[in-house]
Amino acid sequence: MKKSQIRPDYPERSDDPLHEVNMEVNGELITRNVSPRILLADFIRHHLGLTGTHVGCEHGVCGCCTVIIDGRAARSCLTFAVQADGSKIRTVESLAQDDGSLHPLQEAFKESHALQCGFCTPGFLMSIVSQLEETEGEIDLSEDGIRVMLSGNLCRCTGYQNIVKAVQSAAKRMYKTN
Amino acid sequence: MKPPIFEYFRPKSIEEAVSVRADHDYSAILAGGQSLIPTMNFRIANPTAIIDISRIDSLAEYRIDDSQIVIGAMVRQRDIELSDSVYKVHPLIRETLEHVAHVPIRCRGTVAGSLAHADAAAELPALLLVSNGCVVAHSASGARIIDANELFQFHMTTSLADNEIITEVRIPVMHDDAGWAFLEFTRRHGDYAVAGVAVILRFSEDGICEESSIASCGIGSRAVRLPEAEAVLLGKKLDSNIINEASQAGKEYVSAADDTHATTEFRQHVLSTILSRAINIAKSRARYGSE
Ligand SMILES: Cc1cc2nc3c(=O)[nH]c(=O)nc-3n(C[C@H](O)[C@H](O)[C@H](O)COP(=O)(O)OP(=O)(O)OC[C@H]3O[C@@H](n4cnc5c(N)ncnc54)[C@H](O)[C@@H]3O)c2cc1C
Ligand code: FES
Ligand code: FES
Repeated sequence: MKKSQIRPDYPERSDDPLHEVNMEVNGELITRNVSPRILLADFIRHHLGLTGTHVGCEHGVCGCCTVIIDGRAARSCLTFAVQADGSKIRTVESLAQDDGSLHPLQEAFKESHALQCGFCTPGFLMSIVSQLEETEGEIDLSEDGIRVMLSGNLCRCTGYQNIVKAVQSAAKRMYKTN
Repeated sequence: MKPPIFEYFRPKSIEEAVSVRADHDYSAILAGGQSLIPTMNFRIANPTAIIDISRIDSLAEYRIDDSQIVIGAMVRQRDIELSDSVYKVHPLIRETLEHVAHVPIRCRGTVAGSLAHADAAAELPALLLVSNGCVVAHSASGARIIDANELFQFHMTTSLADNEIITEVRIPVMHDDAGWAFLEFTRRHGDYAVAGVAVILRFSEDGICEESSIASCGIGSRAVRLPEAEAVLLGKKLDSNIINEASQAGKEYVSAADDTHATTEFRQHVLSTILSRAINIAKSRARYGSE
């Protein structure tokens, strides 16, 4: 089991009625009481202290806040924490091992220089990981295909060319395709 | 950019959901949340009660019977997109869904939610129209069927009553011989359409067009059928003159005023261009289309 990065407690400041939520986050079971208006992105960042998930636009456009809910990519800014009650969530913190060894996609990002400021990167990683896993690598890995895959994520540093390269090399490593 | 305070309900049955809806003046159904939550984050929508229908098991399924695809209100767009069994009986659905937003949005967004939201530029209302589909709506006083051509009233406005919930979307299967196409023009991949067209055509053995169904989104205050363009094709062999005539007839339906994305004239041009392309593709995919 991985070392926990989850914050044990967070003071609830709102006085609206709270709802209990239970989730598995990065393999760890958690129970918290939250106001229904708390977005999953804020729940992950503030209540759980997992600040790898970033918030850019809060209306679904930028993709920075993408996490994996029950095996599928999702905008955590367009999901209430209460909706994710009973779900399995994976955030960017789940990718690397405890000893610091990187996920093959992270490795490929590093090698291809696919991040600059890095603000968008957690969203890209989670969106790509889920799409590769969902299709077991049976996805169009031509440049055009990868650009469709990435179309839900914006990078203000605009290093898309290197991100495309990274996805190609990661997919090769993960699925031994050509 | 944070949503306002609301009361949260998570019913386990349709009956429970409609009764919560009946008890609250300003309730909103929460399906995938991909349109509702952004509008709440912007404080455009301020519902006092949110009814999360994701735990109503009966809404999470889709099935295909002899004549139609029945899609429960919680079925995600991505599930239908990836379904080979749906593709087999109605290939236009996958082709249309690939134009709706991006994968992570489609993983959460529902088919019914998009229809209920009824954005004038959304693709799925055009799909429902072109397929002669309908939705089933439940309220405390029972269920009724609303045909596609009655459902969409205006941008983000449907004929659903405040106390109703869409429980099912029904889309008739496509005829084996039919050809189909969905095309759209957008500024960026995954955006709402500046103009989009959905076409279904069927031909008799001697190449005469005997079914012609055309719908469009993005060109006015709601998705519409283009009956005058349909009529040009019906009963004829489709040569380039006829196809051109139909695509010109389609222009008449562009009613959107100039906006930041396009002028009316540009939209008309885009519509007629993609319409003639879509007719050609549908024809080439149809059995007997090239006879
Ligand atoms: C960045 C971004 C890009 C997008 N691009 C596109 C695009 O290109 N094309 C497109 O078509 N859409 C697009 N969308 C919208 C997306 O397809 C939504 O998923 C869809 O419009 C709504 O489905 P939902 O299940 O998320 O509904 P929700 O957001 O849960 O609900 C939407 C509305 O419908 C009502 N509603 C939902 N379900 C029911 C029901 N069963 N009965 C009665 N009322 C109901 C809700 O109360 C709400 O008013 C985009 C969204 C985002 C965030
Ligand atoms: S913060 Fe969620 S998509 Fe931009
Ligand atoms: S690396 Fe800077 S926003 Fe993408």
